[in-house]
Amino acid sequence: MAQMTTAYQSSGLRAKRSLMDRIDTPQIVVLAAAASMIFIVALLLAFIAWQGIQLFVKDGVPVTQIFSPTWQPDMTSPNVSFGLLPFIAGTVYVTAVALLISTPVSVGLALFLSEVAPQWARSIVQPALEIFVGIPSVVWGWLGITILVPFLSSTFGSDINLGLPVVGTVITIPGFLTGFSWLAGSLVLSIMIVPTITSVSYDAFRAIPQELRTGSLALGTTRWQTIRHVLIPSALTGVLTAVVLGMTRAAGEALAVQMVIGNSPSMPAAISQPVTTLTSQITLDMGNTVFGEPWQDALWTMSLVLLIISITSVVLVRLINKRRMGA
Amino acid sequence: MTAVAGRAAGGPGDSKPSLKGKAARGSILADKAATVVLWGTGVLVLAILGGIIVHFAMAAWGVVSLNFVFGDPSDTELGGVFPVLWNSIYMLGLTMLIAVPVGILGGIYMAEYARETGILGKLTTTIRFAEEAISSVPSIVVGLFGLILFVDNFKWGFTALSGALALTFFNLPLMTRLAEQALRAVPQDERSASLALGATKWQTIRHVVLPLAIPGLITGVILTAGRVFGEAAVLLFTSGIGTPAHYNFMNFDLTSPASPWSPLRPATTLSVYIWKLNSEGLGAFKNQIVDGSAAILISMVLMFNLGARLLGRILSRRLTAA
Repeated sequence: MAQMTTAYQSSGLRAKRSLMDRIDTPQIVVLAAAASMIFIVALLLAFIAWQGIQLFVKDGVPVTQIFSPTWQPDMTSPNVSFGLLPFIAGTVYVTAVALLISTPVSVGLALFLSEVAPQWARSIVQPALEIFVGIPSVVWGWLGITILVPFLSSTFGSDINLGLPVVGTVITIPGFLTGFSWLAGSLVLSIMIVPTITSVSYDAFRAIPQELRTGSLALGTTRWQTIRHVLIPSALTGVLTAVVLGMTRAAGEALAVQMVIGNSPSMPAAISQPVTTLTSQITLDMGNTVFGEPWQDALWTMSLVLLIISITSVVLVRLINKRRMGA
Repeated sequence: MTAVAGRAAGGPGDSKPSLKGKAARGSILADKAATVVLWGTGVLVLAILGGIIVHFAMAAWGVVSLNFVFGDPSDTELGGVFPVLWNSIYMLGLTMLIAVPVGILGGIYMAEYARETGILGKLTTTIRFAEEAISSVPSIVVGLFGLILFVDNFKWGFTALSGALALTFFNLPLMTRLAEQALRAVPQDERSASLALGATKWQTIRHVVLPLAIPGLITGVILTAGRVFGEAAVLLFTSGIGTPAHYNFMNFDLTSPASPWSPLRPATTLSVYIWKLNSEGLGAFKNQIVDGSAAILISMVLMFNLGARLLGRILSRRLTAA
C-alpha cells in the first residue's frame, strides 16, 4: 500500500518534470559527436570553394582559361596562362590505366576469396590485404623509385614497336628515358587500390544468396560458368561501386604518384613519358608559392577540382546503390 | 567461347553425344584454367607482400641499428631518425586523444540512437553522407584545409596541433564507422535483458553494450592508428617539413617551441621526412636513411596489424569465457 502511494507520487513528480529534465544529455553528446562530421564537411567545402574561386574573382582570370593546355603561372613571363588541362588530363589518364590494370586483378582476387579459396588460404590472403592498406603512400612511392622506375628505364629504354605479324609496326612508343612516367604512376596506383576494389567486390559477391549458386550448379554448369553467367551479372552494381571507390582513391593519391610520375606540366604525350597530376602539382608547388599570388590561387583551384571529383563519386556510388535497391 | 560451350554442355536436348562430350571437355578445361588464374591472383598478392618485406629487410640490413633508431639526424654521416620517429608517435598520440573519444561517441549515436525515418532519419542520412564525403576527399585536400583553417586563419602556424586536428578530421569517419560496427556486433538480447531489468538506455549502453564491444573497439582504434601513423599528405602543409636536430626531453615547458612535449611546435613525422629527403635529393646517405625509415614504418604497420588481431582475439576469448 505504502509502495503504491510512492508510485503515485513519483508518477506525479514525473509529469511535472521541467523541459530541462527531459533533455537526454547522453543522447545530445553522442549526437553532437556524430554530427560534427557534417560540420567538418561544410567547413571544408566552404573554405576550399572560397579559396578555389579566388583565381577568377580576385586575379581576374577568365574561367575558360583553365581549360587551356598551357600552364605558365610565372607572373614575370610574357604569356601567363593558368591552363589546368594538363593536370586534369594527367589525373584522368593515370587513373584510367591504373583501373585497367587493377580491376581485373582485384575482381579476380575477390572471386578467389569468396568462391574458390579454402578457409586456410583466405585466412592468409585477407590479413595480407589489410597490411597492404596500411603501407604508407610514401613507402609505395619509394618502392616505385627504387624498383619500378629503374626497371622500366633499363628494360624499355629504347623505342618500343608494337605491331601485328603481317601489317608490321602499328604504333611506336618512345622508350622510357628515365623511367619516371605515366605508366610508373599507374602501376604504383594499381597496386595501392587493389585492397579497395577487392574488399568492396568481395562483399558484393558474398551478398549473393547461396541458392543462386546451387541452382546454377544443379543445372550442370561448372564453377567458372556459374561465376561468369550468374555471379558476375548479379554482383555488377557492387563491382561498379568498387571500381568507383578505387577510382576516387587513385585520383586523390598524392605523394606516391608525385614521386614516380616525373612531374612534367604539359599534356600527356605517351605512356612512357613524364606527366603530372592535380595532386602532384599541388604537392610540389604549394610550399614554393606565396599566399595570395595567382600561382597559388591556381593550386587552390586544382584542389577545388579534386574536391568536386570526390564529391561527385560519392553521389555516383549513392545513385548506383539506389538503383540496386530499387531493382 | 565459354558461353557456347556452357550452353551445349548444359542443354539436355542435345542430340549429338560426341559434340556434347567435346563441349563438356571444353568447359571443364575453361573451368580448370579459371581456377588456376583465380588462385594466381591470391598467390600474386602474397608474392608482392613477401617481396616488399624481403626487400626492406635487405635494404635495412646494415642501416637500421640502435644508433639509427635512437640517434639524431646528421649532415655528415648516416645519423639517426629519433626526433622524427618521436614526432610520429607524438602526433599519433595527439590525434588519437581527440579522434578516439569523438569517434566512439559518434559511433554510439549511429549504432544506438540513429533513426531511419522522419526528421531524425534525414539527419542520419546526412551524417552518413558526410562520413562518406570526408572518406573520399583526397588527403592532400584535407591537408590544404588544415593549412587555410589552422595555420593561416587561426594563426597557429605549422604546428603539431594543426597537423593533429587535420589528421583527426581525416580519420574521424573511419573511427566512427569502426566503432559503430563494433557496437552493432553486440547481440540485441543483451540490450533487451538490461532494459527489462529497468536500466535506462544510457545505463544499458554504458554498463552492458560498451564493455561487450571493447574487443571490436580496440581493433578499430588500432586500425585507425595504423593509418594515422603513416599519413604524410595531410601533414605536409600543416605540421611542417623541417628537420628537427635534437630534442631535449627534459624541457617540459609546453609553451616553448623547443620542447618535444609541446603541441605548439613544428613536428615533421617519419613519413613526411621520407618524402622530404626524396624530393630534396640531397645528402650522401639519403638512400640509406629513406630505406631505413621505410623499414621502420613497415615494421610498425605490421605490428599495428598483428597487435589489433592478437588483442582482439585475446579480449574476445576472455569475455566469452567469463
